[in-house]
Amino acid sequence: MITGYFNYWVVIILMMMGFYIVISDSNLIKKIIGLNIFQTSVFILFISMSKVKGGTAPILIAEADVYSNPLPHVLILTAIVVGVSTSALGLAIIARIHRAYGTVDETVIHEQDDLQDEN
Amino acid sequence: MDIETIVNFSLLILLALTVVVLIRMKSLLAIALSSGVYSFLSAGLFVAMDAVDVAFTEAAVGAGITTILLLGTIAITGREQTVSKHKRFLPIAVITITGAALIYGTLDMPLYGDANAPIHTHVAPHYLTQSSEEIGIPNVVTSVLASYRGYDTLGEVAVIFTAAVGVLLLLGKTAKRGRPKQ
Repeated sequence: MITGYFNYWVVIILMMMGFYIVISDSNLIKKIIGLNIFQTSVFILFISMSKVKGGTAPILIAEADVYSNPLPHVLILTAIVVGVSTSALGLAIIARIHRAYGTVDETVIHEQDDLQDEN
Repeated sequence: MDIETIVNFSLLILLALTVVVLIRMKSLLAIALSSGVYSFLSAGLFVAMDAVDVAFTEAAVGAGITTILLLGTIAITGREQTVSKHKRFLPIAVITITGAALIYGTLDMPLYGDANAPIHTHVAPHYLTQSSEEIGIPNVVTSVLASYRGYDTLGEVAVIFTAAVGVLLLLGKTAKRGRPKQ
């Protein structure tokens, strides 16, 4: 029972820790890292589902007859590359924010915005 | 417990520990590097779960390129995190409730490694038995990626292109003209 669900539960713990970083940290770079952690935990969830007990990597050889499911592997390969694209875009936006505000801290950015509204 | 389960368990526990350490860190440089460690550990876990193609993509793209991008951004923005006080209670309440709901959801899932799970009985057997005849390469992941689901990969290329255009527009020379004056 525990071995059957352990992967899923650790994945959920990792996911929630990534989520915690995203919603509780005011540093924008750390938010992106939290998002990456969340993303990777979803990858682990998918790959956990593709595993077959006693199976081997889905590369056809004469010696093996049980293989793990190749379909989630393909989906996650695509997701990894898309994930890197989104974090690259996020980091570029952060660099741009830093150029305009001189900081990457959310609370400082809001303070500056409030000051500008008052003037 | 066999060796496979032990490797699986210890890598998962190491992953969780890395994230706990990462949450408590203050230096952005150390945070970026430990996110690289996290990616490498997950690549190791993918090998343990038979996903070798995913593992080397995660090691090269997730651990390599993402860490380089993070370090590049930190080089532009400075490595120290400004410490600010904020409320901890609300985020912890949110993640506890969400996490509990998700764990309740896993109880309906097939057990880890179950060969009769729905995911293994639909289209995957076709790929495993027919792909060497239909496509002619031993690596099934490659057959599915480049042939059966070639359109997905085309869409992925479109996403990379869009992201690259976005990054260039945000950071390129033309962006300087629109810079707000302080």
